[in-house]
Amino acid sequence: MPKIKIPTPLRQYTGGDSEVEVGGETAGETLEKLASEYPDLRQHLYTGDGKLRSFVNVYKGDEDIRYLDGADTEVSEDDELSIIPSIAGGCAGRRCR
Amino acid sequence: MQTRKPLVESPNGSVELSNEEIARYSRHLIMPEVALDGQKQLKQARVLTIGAGGLGSPLAMYLAAAGIGTIGIVDFDVVDESNLQRQIIHGTSDLGRPKLESAREKIEDINPNVNVETFGEPLSSENALEIFEDFDVIIDGTDNFPTRYLVNDASVLTGKPNVYGSIFRFEGQASVFWAEEGPCYRCLYPEPPPPGLVPSCAEGGVLGILPGAIGTIQATETVKLILGIGEPLIGRLLLYDALGMRFREMRLRKDPNCPVCGENPTVTELIDYQEFCGITQANAQADELPEITVQELEGRLQNGGRVSVLDVREPHEYEVANIGARLIPLAELPERLVELDRDETLAVHCKTGGRSARAVKLLKEAGFENVYNVRGGIDAWSEEIDPSVPKY
Repeated sequence: MPKIKIPTPLRQYTGGDSEVEVGGETAGETLEKLASEYPDLRQHLYTGDGKLRSFVNVYKGDEDIRYLDGADTEVSEDDELSIIPSIAGGCAGRRCR
Repeated sequence: MQTRKPLVESPNGSVELSNEEIARYSRHLIMPEVALDGQKQLKQARVLTIGAGGLGSPLAMYLAAAGIGTIGIVDFDVVDESNLQRQIIHGTSDLGRPKLESAREKIEDINPNVNVETFGEPLSSENALEIFEDFDVIIDGTDNFPTRYLVNDASVLTGKPNVYGSIFRFEGQASVFWAEEGPCYRCLYPEPPPPGLVPSCAEGGVLGILPGAIGTIQATETVKLILGIGEPLIGRLLLYDALGMRFREMRLRKDPNCPVCGENPTVTELIDYQEFCGITQANAQADELPEITVQELEGRLQNGGRVSVLDVREPHEYEVANIGARLIPLAELPERLVELDRDETLAVHCKTGGRSARAVKLLKEAGFENVYNVRGGIDAWSEEIDPSVPKY
């Protein structure tokens, strides 16, 4: 099954796992299966209307799926998807010091 | 031995190195990739580091040691105990001092030949373009999304390379965004995450050493750009996983539809980045949430008032410091609402007030009526009510 690498900020929703194996023939299917298996992940990956969030980038190997076939990008057994979220470090707003 | 056009014009004889500098930079001078001309280019270079914190510390120190002629620093913050775990340009004796002062002193001690220019006001849409214009390279060592987008857009508009680094817990990212040669930050992340969705270091923590690795990578890229040597991280996103000790790389592409650096840019001037990142709206919403100060809470508890205190932090934080409240971590709250009494007056706290605000919003949406956010959280309690409660 294709592997999905889970970034640190999202590992709390996959029971701490940094890599999970999820079935699927396209990137879209694989991510949808991931969100179904780990429901707490859904709001971090998808907007309310089911679109992939734009600050979460998904790569097949080292290529952003946006520049391949998007959600229809084919994913095979040996492929690795990576979720790369944006991180900024530090302080995220006035209520944080 | 240049493989690319150097960022800084080759010296025309106006920049000289003294005998002291030649002795100092000996290990650079004996390498053909740097040599005398390269060292003079470093001396001519003007580099702006945004932030003298976790990333800014190692990068400013290494750039000073390398002989960068002018290092500009933008930072309006003051040195705090919790900074010392990673912001190594500052020491214990600098507590309470403006970071700019302590950074300047450290840089001048490492290398008195460096000219330090300091900018103590926050970087904003009003001043960024003017400040950036005077520098050759911008290095982004900031700690929040609005500033990252500001730095990116200002770099694109002034045509400067933006050496990017960011960190979280045990992971880091680094790249060089330069619109003239490749993608910009917005090509990678067109939109920021809504506030509260991505934890900050203050909420998620960070391995102190981590910004050392990424900041040093940023310094390396800066020197490479100035000298025109090696392959910079343009169009490449370097991912560093400290726990696995692995480096990975993702390919970044320039987005032809990028609103700032694309073929038909729609952002041609700097915007309101707080609003862009949803922070203005989130703060406005948070302002509408019912609040209670730590003084009011103490008063109520002492007078036998019927108020229950709920702590929404994590168990490991509770272990460090707590005020005896009932603990339900924020992520578990939705399933554990049944444990709470809807008729009770509930004062909700976290560390500084951010997570508890989200908890109060959640509780109100679930129909709880008497809920209050403890303004300032346990930090405020420690500062203003009971200093024996550790501040972490």
